[in-house]
Amino acid sequence: MADVRLSGVTKRFGPIAAIRELSLEIADGELMVLLGPTGAGKTTTLRTIAGLERPDAGRVSIAGRDVTGEPPAVRDVAFVFQQYSLYPHLTVFDNLAFPLRSPARRLAEEEVRRAVLRVAELLHIESKLQNRATRLSGGEMQRVAIGRALVRAPAIYLMDEPLSSLDAKLRAELRLELKRIQSELGATILYVTHDQIEAMTMASRIGILSEGALVQVGTPREVYERPANTYVAAHLGTPAINLIPAALLPAPAAPSGTHTIGARTEQLRIGRARNGAAKGVLKWVEHLGDQNHLHLEVDGHRLVTLADPHDRWQAGDALSVELVDPTYFDAAGRRIAA
Amino acid sequence: MAEIRVDNLRKQFGDFTAVKQSSFTIEHGTFFVMLGPSGCGKTTTLRMIAGLELPTHGRILLDGEDVTFLRASHRDIAFVFQMFALYPHLSVFNNIAYPLRSQGVSRAEMQQRVQETARLLQVEHLLKRSVSGLSSGDRQRVALGRAIVRRPKAFLMDEPLGALDAEFRRLMCGELRQLHDRIGATTVYVTHDQLEAMAMADRIAVMNHGVVEQVATPQEIYDRPASMFVADFIGSPPMSFLRFEGAVRAGERTVRINGATLEVPQQREEAAGQLALGLRPEHVRLADESPLRGRVFGAEYLGTTQIVTLNTPHGQLKARLPSSLAVGIGDNVGLAFRTERLVLFDTASGRALRSAAYDGDAHG
Repeated sequence: MADVRLSGVTKRFGPIAAIRELSLEIADGELMVLLGPTGAGKTTTLRTIAGLERPDAGRVSIAGRDVTGEPPAVRDVAFVFQQYSLYPHLTVFDNLAFPLRSPARRLAEEEVRRAVLRVAELLHIESKLQNRATRLSGGEMQRVAIGRALVRAPAIYLMDEPLSSLDAKLRAELRLELKRIQSELGATILYVTHDQIEAMTMASRIGILSEGALVQVGTPREVYERPANTYVAAHLGTPAINLIPAALLPAPAAPSGTHTIGARTEQLRIGRARNGAAKGVLKWVEHLGDQNHLHLEVDGHRLVTLADPHDRWQAGDALSVELVDPTYFDAAGRRIAA
Repeated sequence: MAEIRVDNLRKQFGDFTAVKQSSFTIEHGTFFVMLGPSGCGKTTTLRMIAGLELPTHGRILLDGEDVTFLRASHRDIAFVFQMFALYPHLSVFNNIAYPLRSQGVSRAEMQQRVQETARLLQVEHLLKRSVSGLSSGDRQRVALGRAIVRRPKAFLMDEPLGALDAEFRRLMCGELRQLHDRIGATTVYVTHDQLEAMAMADRIAVMNHGVVEQVATPQEIYDRPASMFVADFIGSPPMSFLRFEGAVRAGERTVRINGATLEVPQQREEAAGQLALGLRPEHVRLADESPLRGRVFGAEYLGTTQIVTLNTPHGQLKARLPSSLAVGIGDNVGLAFRTERLVLFDTASGRALRSAAYDGDAHG
């Protein structure tokens, strides 16, 4: 395991810069998640570290060694792809053993066996080792695909949305597993996803990408509580933060220059409007079970907030709406300290 | 407006029973969701209501009239399929107008009804456009328009949002529900996505292996699941189970789990053997003094709250706790629960035991 550093990396495809002057340091033993929508540059960043893309500018170093010009094979990285690519004719055991049996490594078979068993145990697939890869469920296949990376101990694991093809329940389960395995092994992982829940729940630190540039890097709590700008704020948290014009609701504590106010559900206090002092109207109550989403409208602006499902709210209710210690942004969308 | 009654419905395909003895009533104007995993029989049930499949046994009544063997085209029901098929060479107007042309509606009336439908769906500005250039959301709206323009008694929808990405699906959920409220027609909607079902439904029928396990409002299904299957299918994360060997009698307000005594809602029936205590994540809290212990397996930060996974001698459970609470992996913690929300299950049958919190009426 080792730290990985990108310094001022730019990668262009024709006229388009997929990543622009990207600098990022991934510490030894860290699970760094790059979060962003399709086209933000997440996968290009991974591929550049792996050596599958050559940057137009900047440097990539692994464990203090500049690898910018080196081919993928000598970089000591392991890649897990979105679509599990297993050898269908091989057993789970042989699929896991495959990377260790490459001629370049020449490991003793006993050593291979030990490594495979250890990983199978970590991933809870010991009982499946003799199964053909095709006779596995989707979740098991993806475990094997991850396991194939884990049998090696590279400087860094690069994972490209490895859980995105799984159903919600399995994804939640493997999320937790992967995090546990990472901390048990002390592995360094760079993980890219467009799923903010994966980023929030798994990351030691999150890097938020937009159009090839890194907007903010911080722990999940830092980026959630102190987003650098409206872009970051809007991409973290469910329901999404409400971004409203500064003048929509009274905000006596707003610092000068406030243009937009960000209010998460815990930053909004709603109540039943009394004697015509209504600020908003409840448009729709969305049931989630543990909570309800209240969709309200204030002077033509839609807001969403959470409420206890046993509170008796109904569409059409007139509401009072108050801000509680909200987040302030300037005209350029940057957060301003209150 | 229509009331749909499904009475003892059964459907067999050769040896395979897709639907076993389903009975439920969908009242006028209800948004009714059939929810379950793939292969549970929900689509087959919907297709029988539509008249696209004939039942092996049982009856379907539309406003009291037996329509079981009536052709689909004579049922006055509009079916919206998973893959919305539009005529690519026709304009939005002509796509929406299409069902009316085949009915021989007058030009003036057609004009008026298409306009009205377009207004309802907020696609008036697109009427002259070709459908081929539309966004997926607008295509979906046009497809709905084609169903709405007929003014059917009921709409049947088979995973109409299945092909859309998550964010857009949520937006369309809201739109569909609001549309339903404006039109007021009975809607029967099939999905495997519990969030969609919870968000839109007035009532949900949860199906599994061809059987309707529970019919109730979303909140009832969430709070008082009739079976372990329902409890596990609903909620994210779903209900956790503490499994134990024990016995309860009617009138009791406690159960003993491995020497620890736990308060539960007053029980209304007796059971013994392998039982399970069902817990929703938000009803679990940490309590140092509790004899019931767990070890922290993982903590997942979600902003305001965190989901903490705990291993106990009786199984793994998940707790939704404030994210301000510091928990460390491996910590040994005491567990306490919100008594009035607990549900006991008999694991052999998977059925919820009747209690003060749950009266056992799965089809209430």
